[in-house]
Amino acid sequence: MDGPVQVLGVAASGLLVALAVALSAWAGLGLQRSLVGAALRALVQLALLGLVLTAILAPGRPMALSWLWVGVMIGFAGWTVHRRVPSVPRLGWLSAAAFTAAAAVTLGVLFGARVFPVDATTIVPLAGLMIGNTMTATVLLSRRVLAEFTDKRLEIEARLALAQPSTQAASPYLREALRTALIPQIETTKAVGIIFLPGAMVGLLLAGTSPIQAVQVQLVVMYLILGSVAVTTTIVALGLRRTLFTPAHQMRATLASTQ
Amino acid sequence: MGAVDRREAGADLPRPNASQPVFSFEGVGVSFGEARVLHALDVAVPASGVTVVLGRSGSGKSTLTRLCNRLLDPTSGVVRFRGVDVTELDVLALRRAVGMVFQRPTVFVGSVADNLAASGVVDRASHVRMLGRVGLDPGLLDQDAATLSGGESQRVCLGRTLLMRPQVLVADEPTASLDEPATRELEVLACAAVADGVPVLWVTHDLAQFDRIADHGVVLGDGTVIASGSATRLRAAPGGIDALLRAAGPDAAPNDLGSRPAEG
Repeated sequence: MDGPVQVLGVAASGLLVALAVALSAWAGLGLQRSLVGAALRALVQLALLGLVLTAILAPGRPMALSWLWVGVMIGFAGWTVHRRVPSVPRLGWLSAAAFTAAAAVTLGVLFGARVFPVDATTIVPLAGLMIGNTMTATVLLSRRVLAEFTDKRLEIEARLALAQPSTQAASPYLREALRTALIPQIETTKAVGIIFLPGAMVGLLLAGTSPIQAVQVQLVVMYLILGSVAVTTTIVALGLRRTLFTPAHQMRATLASTQ
Repeated sequence: MGAVDRREAGADLPRPNASQPVFSFEGVGVSFGEARVLHALDVAVPASGVTVVLGRSGSGKSTLTRLCNRLLDPTSGVVRFRGVDVTELDVLALRRAVGMVFQRPTVFVGSVADNLAASGVVDRASHVRMLGRVGLDPGLLDQDAATLSGGESQRVCLGRTLLMRPQVLVADEPTASLDEPATRELEVLACAAVADGVPVLWVTHDLAQFDRIADHGVVLGDGTVIASGSATRLRAAPGGIDALLRAAGPDAAPNDLGSRPAEG
């Protein structure tokens, strides 16, 4: 390895996990097993990612492999959203489609404007950053929409009874859910640099990149995430509206009977 | 979002016709999964006067009202509005013709005027007239709807429904959460709608309310019709309506006048 961190260094940082485990035992939190499990899981996942990326990024490999990996990430992210919010039918497919659209739009802008060169070393990391952050927002949005539609079921039905089409009847509640999903990202964007240094920038600084370079990359990354979160959550919200109502402007029975 | 969608196609609404039932239910059944809420329901609602649907909690009364404006479609059977299968009508046109007031007053976020505007009628003069019609001070128009009392809220809900100029009014236990004076006032307003030529379908568990307002009655028990007909005829049944309700099941006696359960 020729980076700033050696294998021995990683092992040394493991001491910090041991410290966390010791503290958990001392305070009687009972989290020792979870801490070790999480740390080991991260180790295995990142080691696997390292192997995959080494294979994909090796000189002479076709760029299609990178795009294929992006596809795998999107599929996995869709499946994760489905698993976390299982009560909404077809949510996995819907979010995967939304991730794809957001990737096309945001990476299209970044690559189209030649912010980054199109190659394996940029495609996979940018798509990974974008999908990871967007997935969290999508789960948040879907849960919020479900909660709104359950809590405000009477209001929505009262709007439908006033002959409002389902698009109009759902609009105030979808808007609320979208705001809830977007606000954490806006807060993060506002706090960046003052309250915390984001992972991408820390990584660049540790790897020896100049601060000015690191800041520029970080800005692009933040804007990429902001844009893709907005695109994805909007698409998922519109898709959910179709899922939650029948074409005859009725709330789906599965939700209507949730009292 | 918020764009108005009028794609739903369907036949024109049938013309009002006093000699034809405003609603008819033919072999209607509704099930949610395993739970059977209504079954083999056959009944016609006359196109004049107040028709009161009387039944205890869980008899399927609320479900019956939701079929009238297609908030819900039956699992089996046909619901007709003035003789036409409701699924053949433009659903939004049907909902404008079938005004609905719910059990709990459901005001939306915003002012009283915002709530009235949810009917699609936005001009202030109409709002002022409507507040007068439902017995509220027009000065309330700009007040936050969340600050209204239960009785005032329910009148705003009635008002925004009447602004659609419905051909029929369907009320699902509209007084269940109101105190006695507010209940009486809402009953008077409903009867006023009848005087304007709008038939009313009114659901209740309260026998005393049936006695006060019913021209016609439908007694529901265990998801189907136990008896129906003119209020006079139902009262003349052996043992009265009480006996009909008791026949529906062990808990069938309607609640006494004072008690107001939250759920019907």
